[in-house]
Amino acid sequence: MMPDIDHAEAHALFHAALDGELDALTGLRFETHMAACPACTADYARLKALSTAIRDGATRHAAPDAVRAALMASLLPQEAAAPVSTNVVPFPAGRLQRWLRPATTGFALGAALAASVAVLVDNRATDTAVADSIVTAHIRALQPGHLTDVQISDQHQVKPLFDGKIDFAPPVKELGEQGFDLVGGRLDYINGHEAAVVVYRRKLHMIDLFVTRAAHDRAGQETAPVAAGTPSGYNVKRWSAGGQDYWAVSDLNRAELADFAKAWQGRQ
Amino acid sequence: MALPHLDAAYNLALWLTRDPSDAADVVQEAMLRALRFFGGYRGGSGKSWLLAIVRNTAFDWMKANRPSEIMQPIATGDDGFGIDLENFASEEDDPETALIRSLDRRQLDRLIADLPTEFRECLVLRELEDMSYKEIAHVTGTPIGTVMSRLARARKLMRNGWTREEAR
Repeated sequence: MMPDIDHAEAHALFHAALDGELDALTGLRFETHMAACPACTADYARLKALSTAIRDGATRHAAPDAVRAALMASLLPQEAAAPVSTNVVPFPAGRLQRWLRPATTGFALGAALAASVAVLVDNRATDTAVADSIVTAHIRALQPGHLTDVQISDQHQVKPLFDGKIDFAPPVKELGEQGFDLVGGRLDYINGHEAAVVVYRRKLHMIDLFVTRAAHDRAGQETAPVAAGTPSGYNVKRWSAGGQDYWAVSDLNRAELADFAKAWQGRQ
Repeated sequence: MALPHLDAAYNLALWLTRDPSDAADVVQEAMLRALRFFGGYRGGSGKSWLLAIVRNTAFDWMKANRPSEIMQPIATGDDGFGIDLENFASEEDDPETALIRSLDRRQLDRLIADLPTEFRECLVLRELEDMSYKEIAHVTGTPIGTVMSRLARARKLMRNGWTREEAR
């Protein structure tokens, strides 16, 4: 039989209980204590009142029309119907053109935006892992050359890809001698942060080397960039060097991926 | 064409930067990053993915433009994982005290705006965006335990501030 929880334990669970974060068993034990404890019940009611008052009373700001309009204008410059109002903070339009390759302007961008909008719509009823991965794969197919933005085996042509796009300088190393061919690079996004990706290949296996600035505030967090929904069969090797964090992701076996890491670390 | 989650993006940006034109800048920049990095979207909650970008954009923006705010000290006594039981239990000296009386919207908003940034973002994402602890952890890039601790601290600070407001 499970021991009852005492006041201290019950109090420690208040917030999680309020926020619906208790698992079934803990929830049951919590309810059992609350049913027999008027003091805790009163304290909990006060916390709940606070939470409710905030939810009901604080302002949830909607995006002003001017912000929405300016956003449409800057993301779809060719299709913006009206000029951007002068009291909207001007967005440097040049930045958009700089990262776009000619093939992605106009219709393709509109399609990509519409597709990304479709995925960003949170429809909980169909939010299954299968639906997500199918839609994601479909969306990504719309992006020209989605694996790499630059296909080249020369580090001097991969490096400039990152200049001006990210505020750190990922080293691009040629590891052909160790059997890892440099394929290219691209910009990506993991765990809420911008990443440079240097892509290598050994035989038929692609290796994505994600590089981000070292995260001092993510104290010891061991999350890999490969999120839920990625099929098992991928290996991840992680290390830090020179103020940057590295994750090598591949379907290459662990031993060879470890060789890749060693090769990378050993080379200047 | 609709831009879903734009309101959520603006709401978070405004609560973080506390200035409407700064929030507009942040949202513009964040949406551009979202479009640029869409290849990295791995499925799952689109709202969480987007708000993580907004959050990071806001912090980057504040570091660049208002560094003193980032250095705003978090209220002491935060051990990171525990809840200060004594203070919580003894806040109500008067056993007859009914549930707290309501403050007006302006007062409430000011209390939230006065919270340290790391507490404010957890409270906003929980109470105003109705996100789970796991989603908040993703958006803020912090472990779930830290989210729980900061949320508890935020609510406690709100309670303390509330009492001061009521006494006016």
